[in-house]
Amino acid sequence: MKILVGIKRVVDYNVRVRVLNDGSGVDTDGVKMSVNPFDEIALEEALRIKEAGNAEEVIVVSAGGDECQQQLRTGLAMGADRAIQIQTSESLQPLSVARALLKIIEREQPGLVILGKQAIDGDNSQTGQMLAALWDRPQATFASKMVLNGDTATITREVDAGLETIEVDLPAVVTVDLRMNEPRFVKLPDIMKAKRKPLDVISLGDLGVSVDGNLKIHHFAPPPQRQKGIMVEDTAQLVQELKNRGLI
Amino acid sequence: MTEREIMEYDVIIVGAGPAGLSCAIRLKQKKPDLTVAVIEKSSEIGAHILSGAVIEPQPLDELLPGWRDNPPPICIPVERDEIWLLSQQGRRRLPTPPQQKNHGNFIVSLGAMCAWMANQAEALEVDIFPGYAASEIRFKDDGSVGGVIIGDMGVGRDGQPKDTFMQGIEIHAPITILSEGVRGHLSKQLIKKYELDRDSDPQTYGIGMKELWRVPPGKSIPGLVQHTTGWPLDSRTYGGSFIYHLDKDRIAIGFVCGLDYQDPEFMPFEAFQQMKNHPMVRDMLEGGEIVSSGARAITEGGYQSLPKTEMPGALIIGDSAGTLNVPKIKGTHQAMRCGILAADHIAETSAAAGFDRKLRDSEVVRELYKVRNIRPAFYKGFWRGFLRAAIETVTAGKLPTTLSVHADDTALKKLDGYTPPDRKWVSRDLPPRDRLASVYFAATEHDEDQPIHLQILEPDICSTRCVEEYNNPCTRFCPAQVYEMIDVNGGKELQINAANCVHCKTCDIKDPYQIINWVTPEGGSGPNYQNM
Repeated sequence: MKILVGIKRVVDYNVRVRVLNDGSGVDTDGVKMSVNPFDEIALEEALRIKEAGNAEEVIVVSAGGDECQQQLRTGLAMGADRAIQIQTSESLQPLSVARALLKIIEREQPGLVILGKQAIDGDNSQTGQMLAALWDRPQATFASKMVLNGDTATITREVDAGLETIEVDLPAVVTVDLRMNEPRFVKLPDIMKAKRKPLDVISLGDLGVSVDGNLKIHHFAPPPQRQKGIMVEDTAQLVQELKNRGLI
Repeated sequence: MTEREIMEYDVIIVGAGPAGLSCAIRLKQKKPDLTVAVIEKSSEIGAHILSGAVIEPQPLDELLPGWRDNPPPICIPVERDEIWLLSQQGRRRLPTPPQQKNHGNFIVSLGAMCAWMANQAEALEVDIFPGYAASEIRFKDDGSVGGVIIGDMGVGRDGQPKDTFMQGIEIHAPITILSEGVRGHLSKQLIKKYELDRDSDPQTYGIGMKELWRVPPGKSIPGLVQHTTGWPLDSRTYGGSFIYHLDKDRIAIGFVCGLDYQDPEFMPFEAFQQMKNHPMVRDMLEGGEIVSSGARAITEGGYQSLPKTEMPGALIIGDSAGTLNVPKIKGTHQAMRCGILAADHIAETSAAAGFDRKLRDSEVVRELYKVRNIRPAFYKGFWRGFLRAAIETVTAGKLPTTLSVHADDTALKKLDGYTPPDRKWVSRDLPPRDRLASVYFAATEHDEDQPIHLQILEPDICSTRCVEEYNNPCTRFCPAQVYEMIDVNGGKELQINAANCVHCKTCDIKDPYQIINWVTPEGGSGPNYQNM
């Protein structure tokens, strides 16, 4: 079985995101970029499945400019066998990404597709669901545990009420949550090995996928700054101050 | 524990700063067949680099001719120099000393420049590994240096391996280059082991703190280089500020003070914030926002403190050795020259031996010699230092005397009988409010579940002698509030917030008992500076 894992290049989770002055986006100048943490968990799970002897090949795929090759190389260094870059200079929305991934699925015929439950930049949480619908295969989202049993997989999902365990037929799309696993550190010699692993580049146009603009981003704005507080002497003053502001 | 995996290189370079990267680039230019690796503890190249920075371009011209057609991402020609002597509210313009004339120099982000240099090095097939910390030296059986050992990852706070445990590998190389920057923790060990500082004065340091601001339109005048001295420091404390005006409404502002300060109650971070509150500075920043902030120690000992820079199998270059030119307030050109010189030496001789002589005969040390007396002249206070500095400058360092350099850790006065100067510091409201708010902009990250990388060799001293003698100065000199004294059972106990650490090394230097030992945390930890 082949496993396909989606990887997105995002602003690193440690970075304090700053909105550009004109509200057209966030500042990425000199900012550290990383693999979306949920995608890293997805890849870790795929690698564990392969190491347990339940898959033969793990393929990482990313859509974006050539800079996303850096994240694909990270995936290869972690242990993926090969990488595919869907090349585009456009900023893609989830539906376009799902359509592009479907084209890759048609070429590669994976038995399992594992994605992060969402990317930490847009927080959309749509690509996996859309992909399953387009592919007309089962989906198991927000997975925190996965057990493969031949043609099916038993998946534990994190839902509002607690944990839900479902069984899906394979092939399926699984999107993973934080508690699925803790990704491994990359071994230094594996970075060298990753440089020699295959990384195919396919343009979005060659896949026959057009960039659609179903969603239009109006503007970005930072959350309002917290106003300076005042110190009150006692509860009476506190009540008075709250009243003055019309809060009680 | 299993045997460590081994990788072999001809040259292993520790630290991807200007010295290490210059060395790597030059090595591959001269000897393309050599295998060269650079390891770097920060998660990305440049993420632990913090500097002003105004740089002299000559070493870049030498190393990468044509760089002006493909300059680093932030690179603004200096248009004008200003030096101001501040009082609490007022200011007076001082003449610009010749060392500080910056015509022909460039304002850069050294972090961005290092990332840019790393790309050039990779194009020459240098292997660069960010996110991996050299935690130990690998010694060969004959006692010589034979490479480094990469720190283990996935070790819990208790020292036990976690599920994610990954053993660090050994990198073997006939030649190891230490370019760790100021107070490198491996360089420190090697200087001690081989007594490399036997014939030199102790090293002395400063602490530099910096913030990158985005300011309201019109406040930044690209190419303007301003320095201030005077307030908020007392005349016994050496230091001042830099204000470098970048493009795109950005200003890099920073403050440096000598770590030989005497007042145990002094807090360098607060001095920086006070300076920002001066009317001249405040006017530039008000209404703006901080993009990134951080701190890093600086070597100030210069000529007198330069240790021997070679030992069997290894060289120490750049700020790890201490080649910064204090009166120029510049170290990058010196560090790059060291790197180039080391590469030329290795390409020629394939050995470490003989490098120290070459360094001392080079422009690097000649430049340090000329200005050797300027920094120590300020030990006697600002005005006497100012006068001596003028004389030394006019005579170009040709006077026959050489002033000696003193250590920082012995400079603090004990509280008993000491009256701190009246600093007349004011209440202030520009961000950051305090050190924790500042650390937020350093985007520093350490997995909390790892051994504390700030080792206290004799913890008893903290809650006994140090409380009485100095009132725990670590709680003030650390710019990231790593050290806190908390009340426990009627006494005081040290709490180390290691996750806040920005790797500036001030604690390792300034602690009066020399019981704080900074060791490298898990690779990839530490600040994530943005264009610093």
